[in-house]
Amino acid sequence: MTQRPIIQIERLSKTYDGGFQALKSVDLEIREGEIFALLGPNGAGKSTLINIVCGIVTPTDGRVLADGHDIQKDFRAAREKIGLVPQELLTDAFETVWATTRFSRGLFGKKHDAAYLEEVLRDLSLWEKKDAKIMQLSGGMKRRVLIAKALSHEPRILFLDEPSAGVDVELRHGMWQMVRKLRDRGVTIILTTHYIEEAEEMADRIGVISEGRLVVVEDKDVLMKKLGKKQLELNLRAPLGAVPDALADLPLELTGDGKTLVYTFDTQTEETGIADLLRRLGDHGVDFTDLHSKESSLEEIFVRLIHESKRSEPEPAESTAPKGAR
Amino acid sequence: MNWHGVKAIYRFEMARTFRTLMQSLASPVISTSLYFVVFGTAIGGRVGEIDGVSYGAFIIPGLIMLSLLSESISNASFGIYMPKWSGTIYEVLSAPVSYIEVLLGYVGAAATKSVLIGLLILGTARIFVPYEIAHPVWMTVFLLLTSITFSLFGFIIGLWADDFQKLQVIPLMVVTPLTFLGGAFYSIDMLSPTWQKIALFNPVVYLISGFRWSFYGISDVDVGISAAAIGGFLVVCLGAVWWIFKTGWKLKA
Ligand SMILES: Nc1ncnc2c1ncn2[C@@H]1O[C@H](COP(=O)(O)OP(=O)(O)O)[C@@H](O)[C@H]1O
Ligand SMILES: [Mg+2]
Repeated sequence: MTQRPIIQIERLSKTYDGGFQALKSVDLEIREGEIFALLGPNGAGKSTLINIVCGIVTPTDGRVLADGHDIQKDFRAAREKIGLVPQELLTDAFETVWATTRFSRGLFGKKHDAAYLEEVLRDLSLWEKKDAKIMQLSGGMKRRVLIAKALSHEPRILFLDEPSAGVDVELRHGMWQMVRKLRDRGVTIILTTHYIEEAEEMADRIGVISEGRLVVVEDKDVLMKKLGKKQLELNLRAPLGAVPDALADLPLELTGDGKTLVYTFDTQTEETGIADLLRRLGDHGVDFTDLHSKESSLEEIFVRLIHESKRSEPEPAESTAPKGAR
Repeated sequence: MNWHGVKAIYRFEMARTFRTLMQSLASPVISTSLYFVVFGTAIGGRVGEIDGVSYGAFIIPGLIMLSLLSESISNASFGIYMPKWSGTIYEVLSAPVSYIEVLLGYVGAAATKSVLIGLLILGTARIFVPYEIAHPVWMTVFLLLTSITFSLFGFIIGLWADDFQKLQVIPLMVVTPLTFLGGAFYSIDMLSPTWQKIALFNPVVYLISGFRWSFYGISDVDVGISAAAIGGFLVVCLGAVWWIFKTGWKLKA
């Protein structure tokens, strides 16, 4: 792909006043028109990264270009293009939905446009609430108000910081739909999340961030192959001394004093082999009382990824050499 | 210049004023009316004239200044402190607005409100006492300059404060005493010579004296000095704001 990057982040570092280093020389390019998910556990530096690009936090080192404009030297041109939905529900309680959306558009230097604002509010199912005070709205609605504010000035780049935090499943799906619709209109979207499923559901590419370092950036499909291991646990009726020889060709492990049989499989392949496994267990008289599947936890995955990245790049970070040929 | 941005902030702040109309406009007018009743009518009758002006009329400029100072400071400091406190400041920080534009929006709105209050009090005073304004242009200049300067000062306090106590402490501990001792209710000629000298260190004396001169042509200190004092304080506040913005002080991590 030779799409031009709409955001270029080079050697970006941030050390907060207390001396804590939240970002450690991050390099990243966001392609125009993509949905990019920044995936990482709490405290990894996701919000710090986003807030620097949006101008809320001052970087300690490094450089960011938004649509070719330096976010510090040329902040007007850069910021006009960017909309931000912050992680916390920060709203003006006493303002109406309409007034606050209108305010945002003006603040970003755009002439008032009632028709456009109406469209935004309708798209977010907020039109009926336009004259309601924000404090009268539910949490999910407040989040949508923040999205409406972020979209009020027709940004080309939209940052969503943990868009589904505190949002129920139904709303989350609505949110995902809306994000896709925006992408179809050509808006580049960068979202942060600590849910793998969310990144998997939404993103074209995923960047994994941990302890202030960008560990890996990959196309979603490639990354999901790496990440997508699931385990099926079977609670056996009678403990086994060992995995039966007849089943030795399967990825099986015995744990919990021989009472639990663990089957590891790949979620990305068509054939998980579960049906086959259950049939063969029955054939060999292995009886079980219960079964459930679990995904490798995010932490396990990060540990694995960090190990892998350390192996492939013996001395990462600190050096300013560009990673690979971008 | 992002004029739409300035306008958005200005409108937002003015909307806040009108949403709390009672508190923001009515209460200073009511409290000033009480001063007129107590000092102008009840006590003023016994005081008689000062420099040929009835006591009721004499205190009008001082009372207006009193309200201008406290309202400018509290309104502007609150205006910028609240979004900082609630976190909604993120939007202003992420918007393509320069510090100058942020300043114009917040300070402009606070100063507008102060001018409105000043004019309202002026109108209310008519109900109680007759007065005339000898130098209306100068009166307007003092009204505007004071409103702008002290709104700027309030803005700085709002930027500096990181809790509600700090927000209140300067208006309460410094500004209120200085205004009450600034000659709103008396001419400093009435003080003993020593206290007169001390009073000259109080900047509010110059404000009230200059403003009173624009009404009645009488003043405690030369009107040129009054104008210079308020101009000088304006420059100091502008310098402080410039420095704060240059260093990004307390607004960004
Ligand atoms: N203003 C701040 N001052 C000091 N440390 C901070 C500040 N903001 C965030 N941090 C620290 O930086 C790290 C990264 O935070 P953040 O970027 O919010 O992570 P994430 O969004 O990935 O959860 C955390 O350890 C957090 O405690
Ligand atoms: Mg965060």
